[in-house]
Amino acid sequence: MNARTPSAVAVRDAIRRGELTAERAVGEALDAIAARNPALNAFVSVAGERALARARRLDRNGDTSGALHGVPVAIKDTICVRDMPATAGSRILAGYMPPYDATVITRLEAAGAVVIGKTNCDEFAMGSSTEHSAFGPARNPHDPSRTPGGSSGGSAVAVAADMTPLALGSDTGGSVRQPAALCGIVGARPTYGRVSRYGLIAFASSLDQVGPFGRTVADTALMQDAIEGPDEHDATCRATPPSSCSSTLDAGCKGLRIGVPRHLTTDGVDADVRDAFEAALDRLARSGATIDTVELPHSQYSIPVYYLVATAEASSNLARFDGVRYGHRTSDADTLEAMYARTRREGF
Amino acid sequence: MADPITARDVAHIARLARLDLAADEAEAFARQLTDILAYAAIVQQVNTPDLPSASSQDGSADGRSSEAGSAEGRASQRADAATPGISRDAALASAPDRSADGTLFRVPKVL
Repeated sequence: MNARTPSAVAVRDAIRRGELTAERAVGEALDAIAARNPALNAFVSVAGERALARARRLDRNGDTSGALHGVPVAIKDTICVRDMPATAGSRILAGYMPPYDATVITRLEAAGAVVIGKTNCDEFAMGSSTEHSAFGPARNPHDPSRTPGGSSGGSAVAVAADMTPLALGSDTGGSVRQPAALCGIVGARPTYGRVSRYGLIAFASSLDQVGPFGRTVADTALMQDAIEGPDEHDATCRATPPSSCSSTLDAGCKGLRIGVPRHLTTDGVDADVRDAFEAALDRLARSGATIDTVELPHSQYSIPVYYLVATAEASSNLARFDGVRYGHRTSDADTLEAMYARTRREGF
Repeated sequence: MADPITARDVAHIARLARLDLAADEAEAFARQLTDILAYAAIVQQVNTPDLPSASSQDGSADGRSSEAGSAEGRASQRADAATPGISRDAALASAPDRSADGTLFRVPKVL
């Protein structure tokens, strides 16, 4: 692994002190991507000129108050960025350029962040290894023969391999949490309704949430604070503003009560994973948290509910990919019905 | 226990969904769909006599806060006033094929 590069907080603060420019921070991220991405395949598209132009505007503008000022960020390719490709990891969206920004992008840019590129993922976020991408698998930077996890594998790799300090992914059934764990970084799945899904290419509308990746908890909390909150474009986004994540960090673990469903930590868990889990609980306890054992008696229904809701919603959400308005269209159809079916045959 | 889904069922559903499936795919999906419907039987065992419908809630049950939020219980609404959407040019910008005057998506004929 390479020497650690600065955190998002460090990049922002260095720019504020005049020791770094946004243009330089972005340039260094682009250099890191050029050096490491060919072997890791974290990014499916990189918008170098656009990012540098934005960074120069930020430097000229002089206002460094944004919480993420000058910080390069990587965006999962299921999240729409205006005039950058969005493939959702699929051939069926070849050539699609969203005409709008997802709400999370608008908010990141309002906080001063610079979108560097779009990251690799399992097709339409359906998968847990990034092996089901139409653009080849992403590789774990700790051991490129291993998977980084998924579906937001590319975003996890971008952060774990020090290409960008922050990345956005999406989590429907674990797709931020699991790649964060497999790549050894921080990832959070916000409670449903905390973050707008407007501009997230939908997999399961009742389950999807955009979530942040960072190398530190402080960086991740900063990104979460920037993206969350009410949005008139998403009726499932809670109308009341959430409390700030960053503001709670100084309190540490004192007074935190953590419920551990031990009945879920027995079957099918490798011994070294269980040891690492227990060590983490021990560390939380020594930092002042109270650890209680809890029961989650309905957990046995979570897989059945997931496989009913997620598959049904995915079928509805992917019905729009038919070659009519955007993306791939088969050249081998002379009727509308054949066009739909063959476009999907070729594209999915 | 419901009858298993057959390859013929899958072929019918595929036609409705405008999907082209190979024969071996129809067999595989028949098995997978049968397994998924078995999950429905499991979920149907759960007794939920008095729970309010999920769609009437705003997800305001939050572990940390105690928002009772009857106001949150309504689906989010806004005034019934026209607001600008994306322009026609933007909507058609990624069109695989469009009419000569650029105003319409063009597709093969229906029959």
